This record gives sequence, C-alpha cells and structure tokens, in this order.
Amino acid sequence: MSHTFSIGGIHPGERKISRDCSIEAMPVPDTVYISVAQHIGAPAKPIVAVGDKVVTGQPIAEPGGFVSAYIHSSVSGTVKSIGPRKDLAGKQQTTIEISVEGDEWAEDIDRTDSLVTVIPDDNKAILEKIRTCGVVGLGGATFPTHVKLSPPPGKKCETLIINGCECEPYLTSDFRTMMEKGEQVVVGTAIIKQVLGVDKAVIAIEDNKPEAISHMKEIIEKLFKLSSKFSGISVMPMISKYPEGGEKQLIDAVMHRQVKSGGLPIDVGAVVQNIATALAIYDAVQKNKPIIENSITVTGDCLEKQRNLMVRVGTPLSYIMDYAGGIPADAVKIISGGPMMGKAVSNPDAATLKGTSAILFLTSPQTERKIQSQCIRCGRCAEACPMGLEPFLLNKLALNDDDEGLEANAAQDCIECGCCLYSCPANIPLLDVIRVAKAKILGIIKARAKAAAQSK
Amino acid sequence: MIATIVWTIVIITVLGLVLAAILYFIAKRFKVEEDPRIDEVEAVMPGANCGGCGFAGCRAFAEAAVKAPNLDNNYCPVGGNPVMQKVAAILGYEVKEKLPMVAVVRCNGTCENRPRTNYYDGLKSCKVKAALYTGDTGCSFGCLGCGDCVSVCKFDAISMDPDTGLPVVDETKCTACGACVKACPKGIIELRNKGPRNLRVFVSCINKDKGAVARKACKAACIGCGLCVKTCPHDAITLVDNVAYIDYEKCKLCRKCVAVCPTGAIHDVNFPKPVERVSKQKPAVVKTPVEKTVKTEA
Repeated sequence: MSHTFSIGGIHPGERKISRDCSIEAMPVPDTVYISVAQHIGAPAKPIVAVGDKVVTGQPIAEPGGFVSAYIHSSVSGTVKSIGPRKDLAGKQQTTIEISVEGDEWAEDIDRTDSLVTVIPDDNKAILEKIRTCGVVGLGGATFPTHVKLSPPPGKKCETLIINGCECEPYLTSDFRTMMEKGEQVVVGTAIIKQVLGVDKAVIAIEDNKPEAISHMKEIIEKLFKLSSKFSGISVMPMISKYPEGGEKQLIDAVMHRQVKSGGLPIDVGAVVQNIATALAIYDAVQKNKPIIENSITVTGDCLEKQRNLMVRVGTPLSYIMDYAGGIPADAVKIISGGPMMGKAVSNPDAATLKGTSAILFLTSPQTERKIQSQCIRCGRCAEACPMGLEPFLLNKLALNDDDEGLEANAAQDCIECGCCLYSCPANIPLLDVIRVAKAKILGIIKARAKAAAQSK
Repeated sequence: MIATIVWTIVIITVLGLVLAAILYFIAKRFKVEEDPRIDEVEAVMPGANCGGCGFAGCRAFAEAAVKAPNLDNNYCPVGGNPVMQKVAAILGYEVKEKLPMVAVVRCNGTCENRPRTNYYDGLKSCKVKAALYTGDTGCSFGCLGCGDCVSVCKFDAISMDPDTGLPVVDETKCTACGACVKACPKGIIELRNKGPRNLRVFVSCINKDKGAVARKACKAACIGCGLCVKTCPHDAITLVDNVAYIDYEKCKLCRKCVAVCPTGAIHDVNFPKPVERVSKQKPAVVKTPVEKTVKTEA
C-alpha cells in the first residue's frame, strides 16, 4: 500500500528523462571556487592562507558557530585567493579559490570501493566524525547534520525517515544513488539509527521508482542477515505527489503526525534525512571521506544527452555546462535544482555547493510567464497548499503590507514549494509575493523573541 | 385608529427623551478631555497623511507634537519650515529651521552604462526581485528598475525614465517624505539637502565592489579611486567601502570633484549648462592632481 500526506499537493509531469543514465565521474576542473557559506547557519571561517598547498579532503574552513560546518578542499593544489566572489544569485560570498595540481588525497581517506558494513559502537565518535567531515543535509536545506542528530535533552526520536522521494520533476540523482550505492545508503541509515537510538527506520520512496523500491528491499534483506544492526529498516512506497519529499509532508505521510507551526520534526519524534545525506554519513564514518563531491543531474528537454555527474564541490557551473556539451541554443533559462523549487542561475560562473542537486535547462515555452489576470476566488491554491494555508489571502495581505494579518494566517509556515503558483488559473505570482512576506514575518518573530530574551 | 397613532408618538417621544437624558449624563460623566490645540495643529498641517514624519498621519503627528515637550523630534518634511512655524506659534515652542530636502537617486546604471547579463520576467516589484537575486546586470548594488519607489510616492514626484530605466525625481513635487527611501530594497535613494538655488553635487553610485569589478559591471560606477577625496578643498568627501560620499553640509559646490571623476559618477544638478569655459577648465583640473601625485611620489 502506498502512503501520502493528507492535505494539498499537486502532480506535475515527472519528466525523469535522465533516470537511466548512471552516475559518471566528471573530470576535475583547473580551478575550484569553494564558498564558505554552503550550509544554513553561520558561514565557516577559512583556516588556510593564500599560497598554502592543500590536498583533497583537507579541511580548509572551520565552523563559525554551533550551527555551522567544516568545509574541505575538493581538490589538491594551491590556494590562489580568499575573497568575495559572486554566487548563483549574484550575491558576494567569501570564497576560497584553489588551482588544481595533481590528485593527491589526504592520507586517512579510504578510497577503495569495498563496502564496510561493520558499524563502530561509539556514538560520540561517530557524531564527531560526521561533524569534522562537514556533513550537511543534502536534501536542499543544507542544515548541519551533527546538530540534527543531537536532539535537545528531553526529546526522543521514535522514527527515522530516510527521504528517497525525489518528488521534484527532472531530478534523478537520488534515484541513481539508490540504484548504484544502495548498500552504502542502507549502512548510512543504520549508522543514523544507532546514533539516534531508534528501533525503526523508514526509507520512503515514491512509487514512480519501482526499481529503487525492490532494489532497496533486496539490499536490506541481504544486510539484515549480516548483522542485527540492520534490523528495523523498511522501505515504504509513497504515492507520487509533489511535495512528498517536504520534511513535514513526509512525517505526515509516514507517521500520520503533524508538526505544529514553528515546531521541529523532533517535537513529534521524527528525524528526516535525505538519501544523499545517508550516503555522505556512510562516507564520513566508514571511509573517513568528507563531502568533497556530490551527484548532480544535468538535464533538460533541449539537451542532447542527459547526465548524472559526480562533481567536485566548487566546480564552476559553466565548466559543467561545457562538459555537458555547452548551453543548448534553445535554452532560455538555467535552473540550479528542480523546476519547482530550484533557483534561476543569473551568474553561470558561480560554483556548485554541497547542496547543488541539478542543473536544468528550460526552453522558451516551458518558462513563459502567462498573462496575469484577476483572482477568481476558485480556491485551487488553498486546495493545493500542502501546509493548509490560503495563498490567495496571504498574497492580498502581503500586497497591503498587513504584517499582523500575515502572521495570524501563518505566512511563516510556507515551505515555498510553489504548488499555489502552479495551480493558479489566473497566473497570479503568489509564491513570489508570499516568499518576501514570509521572510519579513520570520524577521519580526525572531526580533520579538530576541527582545523577549533580553528583557528577561 | 387615532389613539394608536397618538400613543405611538407619545411612546417614541418619551423613549427619545429618556435615551437622550442617559446619553447626556454618560457624555458628561465619561467625557474625554482633549487638548483643543490638537485640532488647531491638525488644521495647519498639509493633510496628505503620507507618514513622512514617522506618525500614522497628520492627526497622529498633531497629537504627538502637542504632547512632546519641544519640537526637536517632530518635523513635517512635507510642510517644511512654513508649516512648522505655524505649529510652533500654536504650541508656543521654538522650531529649528531645517534645510529643505529632496530625494536623490544614487544610481547611474543606464542601459548604456550597465549592460544586461540576464532577463527578469517575474513579478514587477523591486522587493520581490531583490529577494530572488541581485539584479539583471553585473552590478549587485544598482537600481532594479521595477519602480517600487514610483508606486509608493504619494505626490507623483517619481517616474521611471523609459530611456535609462532609472527613476527620475521631480524636485518641484518631491516633499522629502522619505517613502521612496524606505521602499527601495537596494537603499539607492537618499534624502539630501536641496541646496542653494537647488544646486547640488552628489555621488550617483553606491557600488561597494572593488574598482575593476565595479567598472566591469557599469561604466559610470564609482570605482573608489579617491581622486575626488584628494581634490576636494573642503574635506567634504569620504571614501568608505570603495564608494565616495559627499557630505552636503560641508560641500561648497565648487564642482572640482565633478571635473576629476574618471567615470562621471559624481553628478552636479541644476548648474547652468556647461559653456566653453567649463570644457576648457576640465582638462586643466584633471592634470593638476595627477601632477601633484607624481611629484609627491618622486
């Protein structure tokens, strides 16, 4: 039986045209640009100087706060400069530029392909390793994983959910990871399970990937025979619906529990990790390998050849595009990420980050903005909203700058999935307006909490 | 029949009298004492309710002004000195005369100066555009061109120039209420002294990038070379984060900085059209600082 979340959702065309392309390693570029702000929270602080020699896997920046992560060099070579560089959106971020020389790796990294199934018993050492290897959530939010795996005292995790839904159209990197590195993902899952001390782990996979579901089931059966540490892991098929992979939606679908406004998944006893994060945890704990590369789907209907590439962190997007055959003549928009939540690339010289999942080329008819008309109050946006919000109302309140009304109607709970905009027959850019309003309301809530903390 | 009508009239009249009496006593008992000066002050206000003073409207300003011990923090930018003098006369306070201000757009990124690197087809709102990315040119500081400042102006004083893609302030209409300053997500618009005979000099750029980067993105960007700082005889120009800024209180409008600026980022407004005399002067002024620096280095 397939599961799904209870309210809202849409089903855009899946277009997983790169699903049969296995992950290929992309050649290392001549220069990489590694940003120090690759995760949510405080940016990392560079610990190398210009002119230093670095090797692949060597830490080059340390956490700048509690919610922050290590950053490692993805290549071996010389640090050429440390300074501001424009990111995908054109904003200046401190970036470490490394020119590549040779391919020398840090000595303690296990580069063999052999599967290590013996999980160490010391949970503290595992957490420390996850921290020092700079593992962050690779599902999109890039939240530092060691923080997520250390629940605050008094809160107990009951179910671990591994998110293999990949509900965004076009994206296939998680699917390929499951097909090619399924064993590693399951071992990674068992590691997280052990650290959190939970009995139950669920790998949620949408039912448009039946191969992945049966493949993962086989692997779990196989590994279960090896050790009891692999008990309690199951695969749960999900109905293909967007945004099935949203954290709160997935918890609703798997556990039938709702995270309240402003709450965290741990409040209802859940921890959600992505497939790619589970693999990164396996690499960190079993192979001592930090996040220095990630799989990126390079796709689009106008591309001649679809690809799933293993790309070093900090590779310029323009280099990947050149490798994939250059920007197609009829592509008008390049998106980093999926078509629903990804961001348009305004600066193709920007480098990839740990959380970059795809480069998508869209053609003119796909991106054309239709003429906007008046709201006809059909309520389709409210029907589609997976958070149970009323986007038409939030849009109106935001345009009138009614901050109290926005907060009362929970604009801060918006997950920016874009279902409202997708379903609107009047083509009103609901999400564009609500996103700005949400940021403003979150700022107000934060300032209020800060003022309350100060007055105490 | 007649009796019904008579009784109705009697009952309604009695009821009306009783209720009127109740209302009268309640009004007496719970009367809100209001300073009559509030009405007087409100009467002399411009009545635009623009919020430029920082209060919700002219009535709110009047209430605040009457309550406050002096008028130092309350100033109606729209009415300016004449209105504030009337307010001061009503309240018996003294008012400090403020220089008349005007909104100034500090971006010179016309379509010619600032080549486009991409196109934006989203909602026509600077607020939304700024939340998504830094803009459709190489400059991440400049005007986004969606006209949020135009739509918030209650005095119809700002319009978009279709040729340059930049907002233009009509200084005869601008009341310096500051609505556009708040609306601009890039912080480009500044309230500056209107200047004697409306003459003013300002740096029309806020690009904080290093010179080469700024120049690449926009031909008319301030590149932070510091020539104007060295040239200014009145110490009015400061250079912070690769952007020059002219302090209008110190500026004596000599325009030497305008002549030396290599990118033309410094603008002079309302000065008489350059005649031959000025064009002859220009190269001469450019030469002097260059020579000076050479000498000091030698």
